[in-house]
Formats: sequence, C-alpha cells, structure tokens
Amino acid sequence: MSEQTRPSTDIHAYLAELEDIPGTRVYTAARARKGYHINQFAMSLMTHENRERFKADERAYLDEWPISEEAKQALLKRDYNTLLDLGGNVYFLSKLFSTDGLSFAEAVSTMTDMTFPEYRDMMLKGGRSPIGNRSIKGGY
Amino acid sequence: MARLTAGVGSSHVPLLGVAVDQGKTGDDYFGPIFAGYEWTREWEKAEKPDVVVLVYNDHASAFDMKIVPTFAIGCGERYKPADEGWGPRKVPDVEGHADLAWHIAQSLILDDFDMTIINEMDVDHGLTVPLSMMFGQPDKWPCKVVPLAVNVVTYPVPSGNRCWALGEAIARAVASFPEDLNVQIWGTGGMSHQLQGPRAGLLNREWDNRFLDMLESEDDAVRWIPHIEYLRETGSEGIEMVMWLIMRGALGKKVKTLHRHYHIPCSNTAIGHIVLEPAD
Repeated sequence: MSEQTRPSTDIHAYLAELEDIPGTRVYTAARARKGYHINQFAMSLMTHENRERFKADERAYLDEWPISEEAKQALLKRDYNTLLDLGGNVYFLSKLFSTDGLSFAEAVSTMTDMTFPEYRDMMLKGGRSPIGNRSIKGGY
Repeated sequence: MARLTAGVGSSHVPLLGVAVDQGKTGDDYFGPIFAGYEWTREWEKAEKPDVVVLVYNDHASAFDMKIVPTFAIGCGERYKPADEGWGPRKVPDVEGHADLAWHIAQSLILDDFDMTIINEMDVDHGLTVPLSMMFGQPDKWPCKVVPLAVNVVTYPVPSGNRCWALGEAIARAVASFPEDLNVQIWGTGGMSHQLQGPRAGLLNREWDNRFLDMLESEDDAVRWIPHIEYLRETGSEGIEMVMWLIMRGALGKKVKTLHRHYHIPCSNTAIGHIVLEPAD
C-alpha cells in the first residue's frame, strides 16, 4: 500500500477510539487547549527562582495564572487525576513532581488505587497486565 | 560519501541516567538492565561512528506548549543538557554536526518532509540517556549528534507509516552527503509504559517482543500499526515506539540483528534495546 492509495483517517472515529481506554486520558488537542495554562504554569517551575517563589506561597503564585479555581484547587491538593481531566499532561505536571522532590514513579503511583510500595511491588512483578485494561466498550 | 552503517533502538528512561550519574549501574536493580548494553558499548568502541542521527522526544524541556513541531531537526553547533527540575545532568555538552544536519534538513524538505529547523536548544534525558547507555561516562561524547525531535506527546502524533517514510528519506539524504562519514541512526523511547491515570504501570512483555520481532523482519507490516494499538497494548507512553520506526525505515528492506535485550521493569517502564545493520 503506497501513501497515495491509503484511505485518509476518519478523524472523528480516531478521536472517539482514544476515549475508549480505561483509566487513561490521551493528551488530545481538546485537552491541550483546555489545560494550556495548567501546563504552562507547570513549565514555569523549570527555573530555581520560580520554584522558590511557588514554594513560599503556592496560592499567590497560582493566582498569577489564568487558570480555573477548580484547577488551582487540584494543583494545591496534587490531585493529578483531576488535573488530567482538566487537560494537564504528565510531562508538564512532572515539573511539580520534582518541585515536591518526588520521584516520577512515586508521583505516578498517586494516580492509581495503590500505595507507592504496592505500586513498586506490582512493577517488580511485571507491571499491570493489559488484560481487561484495553477497551472500555469491549471490556477486553 | 556518508554511509548509514547501523541502527540502534533503545529506551531512554530518565532513571537510567540517574543510575549512571550516581554509580548504581551494577546494583541488583540496575545490573540486569545495564548488562544488556555491555555488548553494545564494546561494539560502539569498535564501530566509532562519526555521527549519530538521534531520534528522540523532548519531555517539556526545550519545547513547551507554545510551539509543537511534529518533526524537528537540530542544525546547531552544540547543545547543553537541560535542567529538568533537578538541575542539568552532569554529562558533556552534545556536539552537533551542522553540515550534515543542514544537508539532511534541506534534502528532507525537498523530499516533501516539512521539517522544523532548530538552531538552539537544550537536550533532555530523551537524548542524553541513550548516549550514556551506549558510551558510558566519557569526558567528551565520542561522536557528533544530529538531534531529531518527534512530537509523541500532543495528539495526533505522526503515524508509524510517516515515521518509517521519514527514515527512508533520512537514509537517502545521508547517502548523498559528500563527506566520508560513518553515520548511525538511533530510535529511542518506549517500550511499554503508562505514566498517567489509574491504568499507570501497564507493561506488555509479549507485545513488546512481537514489536522487536517485526523490526527484524523483511516485511514492513510494523509501519501500519495504528496509534490505538500502541495505546491499548503498551500504555499511553508506549506510543514513543513510533520513533523506532524512523530508525528501522532508514535501514532498508533486510536487516541483520546484531544484538537484542529486553528487561522489566525500570521504574514505570519496560526496557528494550536492539542493534540492527542493513543487509540489502
């Protein structure tokens, strides 16, 4: 099949499938738009000066950004699943993990129903199985 | 003329960089991971590539959401390690090969790939961890690097087919560069991992190994794997494996496998590594 003869992708079907994965928020254009300022806020923590300013008064620092009260509360609580729903992306949010001095794996574990030691143990035993975790509609 | 002599696939998990930087590569946790790279470190010493075209993704380090290039090529003279929130890794600066990079960039654009050109940027673990895995801890990296950054974060990311075709075009561009250079192409990222949401921690040994088998094959079926399959089977960040297809596409129809390694886990991730050479 050459590129020329390949049928073009139906964008609506493509995007609908991305929403059919259990426990996953694919970083689509819609989420990227919604979470733009959350992610740019997180990006601002790349400098030492901003990290110190944020840590000194988190609320005041967040108030400098055009983000919703809901997102601000989720950031203050480090409620990462809510932040994913609001368009946050994990590579940007990871700037907050490192500001908090948290390893990536520990921060990631807070989004699951496990404690960090339980999560670490699961990874050592081969990780989470894809069985039953592939599709919401299909249940496989 | 420049010669594309080999392709390398490798994970680029940041924790591997930490293990190197803190001297933990021989401990119980990291030992088995690094043991699988020993063969390659010896092989690279003998091969002495002049330049590596290093395909990787930036993790919100050089690029933020202001500008999201799908395919970007580094045409600068040198790149510094990025501060990813912990201070920059204490590894050597990365030296570019501006002549070859500009040649590839121009050739790709004339070959219908609308590349973004980067003259200045810092490079994060996506680029420096593979260098550490393949070359250890030298005072200076033993080769020049042409960074090739791919958007695998904001959807839609490029299709596997497009990545493969880009690899083919890179091979043509390298072959028309007049200087006699030994050039390798590395595809990095993956393998299965998911870093977000309640499904975080998903790994898929069987699928990952099937993907490695497909890379070794003469058949190019691997380029047609749709995004949704990577997402369902290998986790939301497993999509990074499309970057390995740029490497594989550059090597031609037939390849010979020189080395292969797989290990679970490293932090949240399945580690995969393969060394291929063109065999057409």
